[in-house]
Amino acid sequence: MALLDVRHLVKHFVRKQGLWRPPAVVKAVDDVSFAVEEGEMFGLVGESGSGKSTTGRCILRLIEPTSGDVRFRDENVLQFSRQRMRLARRDMQIVFQDPYSSLNPRMRVGDIVEEPLIIHKLGSRAERRERVAELFRLVGLDPDHLRRYPHQFSGGQRQRIGIARAIALNPALIIADEAVSALDVSIQAQVVNLLMDLKSRFKLTYLFIAHDLRLVEHICQRVAVMYLGKIVEMGDTRALFTAPQHPYTQALLSAVPVLDPDAPRRRIELDPKSFDREAPLKEIAASHWAAV
Amino acid sequence: MPAPLLQVEHLTVHFDTRTTPVVAVDDVSFQIGEGETLGLVGESGSGKSVTAFAILRLLQPPGRITGGRVIFQGHDLLALSERDMREVRGAGISLIFQEPMTALNPVMTVGDQIAEALTVHGRGSRAEARARAIELLDAVRIADAARRVRDYPHQLSGGMRQRVMIAIALACRPPLVIADEPTTALDVTIQAQVLDLLRDLKARFNLALLLITHDFGVIAEMADRVAVMYKGRLVEEGPVRDILRRPRHEYTQTLLAAVPGMADLRASDLRTSNDLRPATYDPRRDSQ
Repeated sequence: MALLDVRHLVKHFVRKQGLWRPPAVVKAVDDVSFAVEEGEMFGLVGESGSGKSTTGRCILRLIEPTSGDVRFRDENVLQFSRQRMRLARRDMQIVFQDPYSSLNPRMRVGDIVEEPLIIHKLGSRAERRERVAELFRLVGLDPDHLRRYPHQFSGGQRQRIGIARAIALNPALIIADEAVSALDVSIQAQVVNLLMDLKSRFKLTYLFIAHDLRLVEHICQRVAVMYLGKIVEMGDTRALFTAPQHPYTQALLSAVPVLDPDAPRRRIELDPKSFDREAPLKEIAASHWAAV
Repeated sequence: MPAPLLQVEHLTVHFDTRTTPVVAVDDVSFQIGEGETLGLVGESGSGKSVTAFAILRLLQPPGRITGGRVIFQGHDLLALSERDMREVRGAGISLIFQEPMTALNPVMTVGDQIAEALTVHGRGSRAEARARAIELLDAVRIADAARRVRDYPHQLSGGMRQRVMIAIALACRPPLVIADEPTTALDVTIQAQVLDLLRDLKARFNLALLLITHDFGVIAEMADRVAVMYKGRLVEEGPVRDILRRPRHEYTQTLLAAVPGMADLRASDLRTSNDLRPATYDPRRDSQ
């Protein structure tokens, strides 16, 4: 049984266009299905507007999906009551992209990390304080800095604070939504290493949403490629990166700059007419799916 | 050997603070030959953008140039009058910014913005400038240029806006273009198109390019030589293959080690055959 099983997830945004014209419907997430196994690092990649972040938010019901199932430990979280959902969020946490806007600038960082413990009424004040100090040490921050404000930290440190907040309740699943995209490459590597350390230490499962294909290739076991609201290809990272089958995946991978100045470069331009947008995902090889 | 197009010598920039001035660019020297691409890499705050702005004398207070020379086509730009400097900007050296949305004027059509670049430098009448604007939009591969010339920036996609920025930068046929993170804000497929375009235009107009980026993939695709900045200093400089394969400076090594996939390149480098290597490569040097 998969830890997270997303089935036929749909999110349509409806935009009113005035009184007499019919509203425009944007199919941000258009029938998306995938499953994430326990202990896995699953990559969800795509370009801006592909629907990858909306998918992540729908799973946590930060955005209410239009239809579909999101099964977490075989329970459909979309049918949970508000109270039950709040409890479920102890197990499912998110780390956001922007370490500048995702931390309240008026709260001390210690309070930011403690907040989830207060909301879920865990421990006495002293116990919570002890736990926050422990979390700070876990993510490589100095517990002496608990009383500082977010602006006193660098981007990488702020992202560590966001991670400390996310793991405060011992979740099983972390959705990392472009969690390292805004960071410089050496800081990015440190934060990725931290995510990997925490993964093995606490048996975490990650849904790693990113646009950096080289990074995803490096750290994810499986990957799904989104294009205009749909998953067009999904499979083991190695198979998908070495033998992409869908025209969009091929174009996307061919656009990634090659690190070897002497390697041959073959750009593949995407011809939108070369494939059927409505084609369903088919298993084309063992655990490799493509909508071709 | 002909004199290089641009020679930066011991350039130093300080930022005034309430207490002591902070050095942002510390004794930086490099040069760019005609038609050459120099990649300037480094992380945020390393001083790469400040270096570019100092070359064009566009630094705003509290930043100020406190030493060095910038020789462009035989003239020291730091000694020029502001009037002469204005002629250098655009006609001699032009600049492409990272954010095309903030760099373009939202209330002017893109055609007028390209034409403006020409008329301020006295290149032809308004009518001629308009015709040239269409030519330039065509050169940066914007389809239906004659119609697009009347569009406003908000009507264009991010990739098209960056093409318009490139058209403005090329309007007066400058021999040197400084591109400050030109593709950082773009999706990878759009980035690939813009890089292909830049490469094509470079060959067509024999452009020299100072390419500022933090992406080693972009460097590997575009640069002839690479200069690495760290905390305001230039710590290493050399041909792109040497820097990527055999970085000498500890900082460059650390930086490259952090790039996903770079380890594979360097690991594979040890076992692949010679055909991947430049002719001058001597495998025995690896063991040093």
